[in-house]
Amino acid sequence: MAEEQTNGFKSGSNLEKMLRSGNFTVTGELGPPQGADPKEIAHKAGFLKGVVEAVNITDNQTAIVRMSSIGSAVLTMAAGVEPTVQMTCRDRNRLAIQSDLLGAYAVGARNLLCLTGDHQCFGNHPTAKNVHDLDSIQLIRMVKNMRDEGIFECGDAIKGEVPRFLIGAAINPFADPFDYRPYRLAKKVAAGVDFVQTQLIYDMPRFREFMKRVVDMGLHEKVYILAGIGPIKSVGAARYMRDKVPGMIVQDVYVERMQASIANIPKEDKAGRRDAQQNEGIKMCIEQIQELREIEGVAGVHIMAIEWEEAVRPIVEGAGLLPRPQV
Amino acid sequence: MIVGEQKSLEEILGLLGDAKKVLVAGCGTCVTVCFAGGEKEVGILSSALRMKSELDGHPIAVDEVTVQRQCEWEYIDPLKERLAEYDVVLSLACGIGVQAMNERFPNIITLPGINTTSLSLPVEQGVWEERCQACGDCVLGITFGICPIARCSKQLMNGPCGGSQNGVCEVDPSIPCAWQLIWDRANMFGQMERLLEVQPPKNWGQSRDGGPRKIVREDLRLTERE
Ligand code: SF4
Ligand code: SF4
Repeated sequence: MAEEQTNGFKSGSNLEKMLRSGNFTVTGELGPPQGADPKEIAHKAGFLKGVVEAVNITDNQTAIVRMSSIGSAVLTMAAGVEPTVQMTCRDRNRLAIQSDLLGAYAVGARNLLCLTGDHQCFGNHPTAKNVHDLDSIQLIRMVKNMRDEGIFECGDAIKGEVPRFLIGAAINPFADPFDYRPYRLAKKVAAGVDFVQTQLIYDMPRFREFMKRVVDMGLHEKVYILAGIGPIKSVGAARYMRDKVPGMIVQDVYVERMQASIANIPKEDKAGRRDAQQNEGIKMCIEQIQELREIEGVAGVHIMAIEWEEAVRPIVEGAGLLPRPQV
Repeated sequence: MIVGEQKSLEEILGLLGDAKKVLVAGCGTCVTVCFAGGEKEVGILSSALRMKSELDGHPIAVDEVTVQRQCEWEYIDPLKERLAEYDVVLSLACGIGVQAMNERFPNIITLPGINTTSLSLPVEQGVWEERCQACGDCVLGITFGICPIARCSKQLMNGPCGGSQNGVCEVDPSIPCAWQLIWDRANMFGQMERLLEVQPPKNWGQSRDGGPRKIVREDLRLTERE
């Protein structure tokens, strides 16, 4: 794979080709296990194969120790699914990140998502020391310089093969200061990002307002923007995201629709209530995709269904996006 | 100022082990102002140690002293004569004071009685908030006077992370988000564009990461250049 020609593409990945083709692009997410069993990756990847262009492999998501993103990415590729390696600045300094990137590229990874990382206080090692040698914007620039200039952060030349990643980042239109958020995207663009995925959208009006500003600034022409969505599994999950997760906004309508879905199902019918909620969660996702397709500047969707990977196919199918185009 | 908090009595007693005679040494500067290790705290802790050790059936003789600054030779040197009569010194100074004692008086162990926590500002009576981490490469000039190294939980240099909401940090609602504060001040001066420039990776070599730091001012030295 290392010798493949990129043919005018930055990385030559499937994701890049789909984004460039102008087709509405779909990406997914896969959370590695809290153990060392390779079968779990193959199992989850199976739900996503042929359904999405690429799958983010999370990097110690919510600061909980899991199988490494790069190791999991190798297993994901073996299962026939293209990975997007996530890399946070929380756990590695610039040396560790660069060497991991060389390794990730060497084993065939082509997409990279550059993240700050959730604070370790949320995870299962709250007494850990965090790194934050770089921030996500500095990481983006470093990866771009490795790819386009062939240099390490220190300025030394990379010897031989250069890692050519399609560079991604996350953006959160729902965090504060709201007025700053489009500028933060502009900074990531200036640093060299190729595509971004947004935080889960459960406040469409605010996302529309954000996109309007982004389009006014012309940013949608410089970066592919994938709108983040995720199926809600239960009333409790909707409430939890609304009330407890920093950086999220969940409009009441999502909670209310989840409640309404089980209003006529007796409490004893546990399976019926579960199915009704799951169906409603998937239905709302499909409706969101329809809405998002109409918003200027949205290049596709990023579906986050961690620990519920089975939900992705019905969502993509329900939105009329299957089969995926071949590019 | 340097701010600290007293260790628990249990931890202190554990550190003292089977010492029979202890000198509790306070400091009259920063830790006095933050009520952690001045003359008053030395008195209270000493009484507590006497009482508790008595109750535990292992009485410790505790003497008290407070010097004006435990981090300067000239203030601690006068202690030299009396130290021989103690098993250990329990210092209520910051970590610098504790080390100054150990360096100046190598024949006796000086133990820490407080945890030195931060370089903080007493924002109101009884409340100290961290303001500086002595990173060695001050960026306050480009962050509108608000330190992202000490006050952003992730030491970000290019703006707020995705966890900033309603003005507070994702880590804890009692922590104001440093980058919200920086953004607000940039707005106040109408200089938001100054925050749009991508700041390169910080030179952590000038902070603790470069190893213990040292400043030598030849113009001020009294001894010959080495
Ligand atoms: S930038 Fe560094 S020196 Fe300046 S206030 Fe912050 S930690 Fe202290
Ligand atoms: S919420 Fe604000 S202070 Fe907290 S880590 Fe993010 S940017 Fe830093």
